Amino acid sequence: MTAIQVQGLRKSYNTLVAVDGIDLDIHRGQVFAILGPNGAGKTTTVEILEGHRTRTSGSVSVLGTDPARATRAWRARIGIVLQTANDAAELTVAETVRHFATYFPAPADPRAVIEQVGLTEKAGARIKQLSGGQRRRLDVALGIVGRPELLFLDEPTTGFDPEARRHFWDLIRTLAADGTTIVLTTHYLDEAEALADEVAVIAGGRIVARGTPATLGGRSTAKATVSWIDHDGPRSVLTDTPTALVNQLSGGGRELPELTVTRPSLEDTYLSLIGGAR
Amino acid sequence: MTTTLDRGALPGVLTVGLARGAVELKQFFRHKDQVIFTFSFPALILILLGSVFSDTYEGTGVSSGQVFSASMAGAGIIATSFLNLGIGVAEDRSDGTLKRLRGAPVPMSAYFIGKIVLVVVASLAELVLLLAVGMALFDTTLPADAGRWFTLVWVFLLGTIACSLLGLTISSFAKNAQSAGAITNLPYIGLLFVSGVYIPLVVLPGWMLDIGALFPVKWVAQGFRAALLPDSMAAQEPAGTWELGTTALVLGGWCVVGLVLCLVTFRLTARKER
Ligand SMILES: Nc1ncnc2c1ncn2[C@@H]1O[C@H](COP(=O)(O)OP(=O)(O)OP(=O)(O)O)[C@@H](O)[C@H]1O
Ligand SMILES: [Mg+2]
Repeated sequence: MTAIQVQGLRKSYNTLVAVDGIDLDIHRGQVFAILGPNGAGKTTTVEILEGHRTRTSGSVSVLGTDPARATRAWRARIGIVLQTANDAAELTVAETVRHFATYFPAPADPRAVIEQVGLTEKAGARIKQLSGGQRRRLDVALGIVGRPELLFLDEPTTGFDPEARRHFWDLIRTLAADGTTIVLTTHYLDEAEALADEVAVIAGGRIVARGTPATLGGRSTAKATVSWIDHDGPRSVLTDTPTALVNQLSGGGRELPELTVTRPSLEDTYLSLIGGAR
Repeated sequence: MTTTLDRGALPGVLTVGLARGAVELKQFFRHKDQVIFTFSFPALILILLGSVFSDTYEGTGVSSGQVFSASMAGAGIIATSFLNLGIGVAEDRSDGTLKRLRGAPVPMSAYFIGKIVLVVVASLAELVLLLAVGMALFDTTLPADAGRWFTLVWVFLLGTIACSLLGLTISSFAKNAQSAGAITNLPYIGLLFVSGVYIPLVVLPGWMLDIGALFPVKWVAQGFRAALLPDSMAAQEPAGTWELGTTALVLGGWCVVGLVLCLVTFRLTARKER
């Protein structure tokens, strides 16, 4: 079953075309990551899906509803973590999460949610006193407290320390295991690789590649680089058959100094994808 | 396969609205800027003005301080309605509060119920504070009879409603909370001068009286004087009477105009943001 279906989505701000014909199909229960450089159109796309922005053209269906005609019942089924928020500065973490829970028909236990995002120690603190990463974790808490079927996260882990990021990943995996559909944008390739079933790379308002993190941009079938050192110095060969090459070079088992066989990392693939789109 | 959870009914609009009201009040009274500049400022001005001018009005036994107390009570509830919403809603718009609510199953009506709770409670508290200061320092007495209490109630209601709606309207013209502070305080302070709050109406030039008479401030202040001062003081008003009928008409008229302006500007800004 599809959670999100998008066809020919376009959005212009006056003369600037921010989204230039995007098609998407996101299945229920999937974790879908959107990557792309600054200004690529990620936030614009996601906020159109959330019903926060209008579109110039194209068709959009989110949980069977056009977000431009969102109802309260539909809103109760989705969770949103915006790219930035500075609201509720004078309230405490616990007050805010508890209050937000009252908006929803079947919310999660606020205390459990605060625990899940690792803010238990800060539950009594005013929001204006939180650090950047803690504030971000609160935003995540507010995104999930309504127990959404579909969760949007726009750069959720900006400002997280490495440990908080790992905790967040575990949280996303738990939600996904419960059947929550998750759409997240990120600049962190390791995050996309760790979480996403599917990745789309957007550049200049268009999707330039899509696939699983392992196969993105033909990564799994890309040529491998074999490097080693011989008496002429460092050598490096790009090949489709690295195993045969190593076998041949080593003459049946001789050690090759500093031998490495590498394929492009997700980051290499990503950089060449967005480089080519520019 | 059914993937739609049975979630039960959405919480009622009133339930959500009252929950918002509680949160609005917490935020208002914890926000130092608001408490100092919106809530306490009229009381401070009252103490200063009342202490500077200590004469009594001839043949009435009423002191300047008593008159300032009544007029400042009017200025006070305009602060807790007009300034409060003008600045508060602009802040909600720029800090993402409104966007967050729009992304949640919260109808706009619940947001407004929350604001109504805020304005009603803050304005009542403001009125109590100013009357308490007046009673403690300047011989202010509570309304002397049922008729005067009635005047106090309807002037309070019409005044807060009209000024709330105008506050909501003006919030749409502010880029952020700081600019909202400027564009609300400018007309507010200006009108306090030409509306007989800081300076008695009888000493103002005619053109100032005419400007003041167009806006709610003068009528709220005059209505409160009618409720809190003896009738002998009516002679000090430019018309020589309390003009309660005109007060009701002008304030009622501003409620209607304010509602229309507020609906139009809210619709326009909601569209512009997306
Ligand atoms: N409200 C707006 N008005 C005008 N232009 C806008 C608006 N919002 C975004 N844009 C422009 O649209 C383009 C896409 O912006 P968007 O915020 O969608 O990018 P993004 O991929 O989310 O970038 P980032 O990684 O920096 O968050 C940018 O060129 C941006 O300047
Ligand atoms: Mg963005």
